Amino acid sequence: MELFTNQVLAGIATGAIYACMALAVVMIYQAIDHLNFAQGEMAMFSTFISWQLMQWGIPYWWAFLATLIISFGGGILIERLLFKPLAKAPILTNVAGFIALFAIVNSVAGLIWDFTIKQYPSPFGSSPFLGSQLISTHQAGMIGVTLLLLILLFLFFQYTRIGLAMRAAASLPESARLVGINTSWMIALGWGMATAIGAIAGILIAPVVFLEPNMMGGVLIYGFAAAVLGGLTSPLGAVLGGFLVGVFENLAGTYIPGVGNELKLPIALALIITVLVVKPAGLLGRPIVKRV
Amino acid sequence: MSAVEEVVTEAPAVEAVPKRAMTLGLGTSLVVLAALVIAPLFVKNFIIFQMTMLLIYALAVLALNILTGGSGQFSLGQSAFYAVGAYTSAILMEHVGMNYALTLPIAGIICFAFGFVFGQPALRLSGVYLALATFALAVAMPQLLKLGFFEHWTGGVQGLVVTKPDAPFGLPMSQDMWLYYFTLVIGVGIYIASVNLLRSRSGRAFMAIRDNEIAASAMGVDVALYKTLAFGVSAGITGVAGGLGAIAVQFVAPDGYTITLAISLFLGMVVGGVGWLPGSIVGSAFIIFVPNIAEGISKGLSGAVFGVLLFLVIFLVPHGARQVAMVAQQMLGKLKKN
Amino acid sequence: MTAMLNIKDLRAYYGQVQALHGLSFSLNEGSLTTLLGANGAGKTTTLRAICNMVRSTGAIEFEGKALSGKSTENVVRLGIAHVPQGRGTFTTMTVEENLQLGAITRNDKKGVVADIERMYEHFPVLKERHTQQAGTLSGGEQQMLAVARALMLRPRLMLLDEPSFGLAPLIVRELFKILGKINREDKVTILVVEQNAQLALELADQAYVIETGRIVMSGNAKDIATNEDVRKSYLGY
Repeated sequence: MELFTNQVLAGIATGAIYACMALAVVMIYQAIDHLNFAQGEMAMFSTFISWQLMQWGIPYWWAFLATLIISFGGGILIERLLFKPLAKAPILTNVAGFIALFAIVNSVAGLIWDFTIKQYPSPFGSSPFLGSQLISTHQAGMIGVTLLLLILLFLFFQYTRIGLAMRAAASLPESARLVGINTSWMIALGWGMATAIGAIAGILIAPVVFLEPNMMGGVLIYGFAAAVLGGLTSPLGAVLGGFLVGVFENLAGTYIPGVGNELKLPIALALIITVLVVKPAGLLGRPIVKRV
Repeated sequence: MSAVEEVVTEAPAVEAVPKRAMTLGLGTSLVVLAALVIAPLFVKNFIIFQMTMLLIYALAVLALNILTGGSGQFSLGQSAFYAVGAYTSAILMEHVGMNYALTLPIAGIICFAFGFVFGQPALRLSGVYLALATFALAVAMPQLLKLGFFEHWTGGVQGLVVTKPDAPFGLPMSQDMWLYYFTLVIGVGIYIASVNLLRSRSGRAFMAIRDNEIAASAMGVDVALYKTLAFGVSAGITGVAGGLGAIAVQFVAPDGYTITLAISLFLGMVVGGVGWLPGSIVGSAFIIFVPNIAEGISKGLSGAVFGVLLFLVIFLVPHGARQVAMVAQQMLGKLKKN
Repeated sequence: MTAMLNIKDLRAYYGQVQALHGLSFSLNEGSLTTLLGANGAGKTTTLRAICNMVRSTGAIEFEGKALSGKSTENVVRLGIAHVPQGRGTFTTMTVEENLQLGAITRNDKKGVVADIERMYEHFPVLKERHTQQAGTLSGGEQQMLAVARALMLRPRLMLLDEPSFGLAPLIVRELFKILGKINREDKVTILVVEQNAQLALELADQAYVIETGRIVMSGNAKDIATNEDVRKSYLGY
């Protein structure tokens, strides 16, 4: 029983990573109705920017803030330049665009900062949290920041005018235009916010997985899976999904025989898909009624 | 408290290609075929090998076109079926000593079954969710192939070496040239069969499902049957392509069938034009040659150059090669009038 | 009386299909006009063309400003509110959020709060349900909400597309009474597209009849209502 509890707790700790990534994924999904495959790479790039700023002597929290602002602006810029022209193109073409963006960002990061692994500092330190061997202070910090982010997003969407406008634009774009909302800019804003959230995710994850251009590959998949599991319309679901995925992954690795590191990912995905077959809209997603 | 549901009247995620426009005209097709037949006589063996790979990937893209462009189901998992086909051929040839040509229909049937079975749980998923499920399949496959459990058959991480066949009846051509024509004949056969499939009642059922699943079901189309059938056919053709690939490349190894292959095939479908079967060869050319071109332009930034080239293509022709063909057709029509 | 909305030679297209074939008409400021016609005649297309929601050619002028080339949201910001077919309610948001959305382009917080109170006075049932999700309201209530949301813009011109659709006759009468009140007291020019010709003609001053994308009849609402030939050939009663 103790092994089980330990693995669950450890799973929650790693799940914080996925929860944070999943928040960024849901953010963008709300804005544009698709999953952006390049989001992990963009988060990685943002993390490298923050690392570079620190290399130039800028203290951690100023670098953090600057990176958030740069990421926000960068996300908007990328959307305006690369994806606004594709707005009328078929969805699959947009997906090809995400793949192209992935290739570009990954390649440029590799060129600028090369592929050697770098250490990345954590503002929370990495001593045992409250004496527990399972959760370090950094992991506790991750969970804390993710929950804080969730609360801030909730407040933003429920109580600000722009938040309301974004929700309307995502829910019924045509009606949103009929009340005067510029839905095109709402999409750009969504990208900006998603990129900034991704930056936070990357900055929190880097101390654990170490900073290198390919660091987000696995994380992004788990982030997608977590977002889908939680229901793509629910930020809370995304966070819950993230923790659950972390736990699934750990338990699968511990209890299913023959499952080494390599098969953890497909098994976790298989579990998630099983949930989806039973509950197609995800755990906390709104059931979608399709009209003919 | 009643949960408010989101009511969605969805535009189909995959846009319809008018039936008439699904293929090239007869004249153009014959010209292309003639070019494909004559070309190898003038080039070196290595180029012939590349052309064989062009045809093989075109088959795989064609299979994806049937699944996505035809029945509207997304798949990021074609690399899994390709791998199964490749390994089936390799194992039958190297462990059982079977003739290479016979392994292909077997690879096709096994993959058809595999795809059909996978299609069952996939029935309840669509769009983003199906993409994730097929993605999981693609990621799992190389790992499954490396499993110690199967090592005796699969050769584990090292894979298996495959013997390339000689031209039969002592024909005076190189192995590469023989394999090319062999692949060409199979490719043309599958292409014609696919075109006929999409024009048949089954094809109409596929397209009805793609355009509006609920309406199709209300009209009496057995949605479950046709969706799994589409998966099966698509997987089967991909399996044959995989088998041919194994023979052409002369070996199979788990890391040759990663998610990168699945993504490449997807890009090939988009660049060729979703649902436009002739575009498969254009898409195949893109995924084979453009990465090489990108590396030629800049070794360090090859990924970025590839991305930029891909963006250029989708900005200029968001609907893929089909768009180019339609514009060309319109211009020809205008010329004929004048 | 000045013409607030001037439409000349409007042609509208859905892809290759032409839906409007050279429509011309104008609306006077303060008038309540109804646009009538059978299903598929082009009534909805006309409203959509005014808001640039469909590809069109021709001249549309609102208070002297040309509307062509403007995005839908910019047309709306000029003071034109459009209550679309099917109401376009944000079903997953509360009644009050829907009203706030109607005023999302306005900067006067106090004015918006005051207007929400006024909407609750016009439509008491909305006040009752103001924290409920809009999707749980009945058809009639959602229609009231849609009209109220449009009014939150403080529009100069309000376009309504078949507000009576799917509603019981009693509710339609109520709704039309309120529309009349809004037209007279708040000085909002109204253009109502309707299939229910009888009720619409009782409400309106002016009427136009559309058939297959062209205006075939125009005039005073009372005259058209009492003209038996017109009623029989174009309005079906």
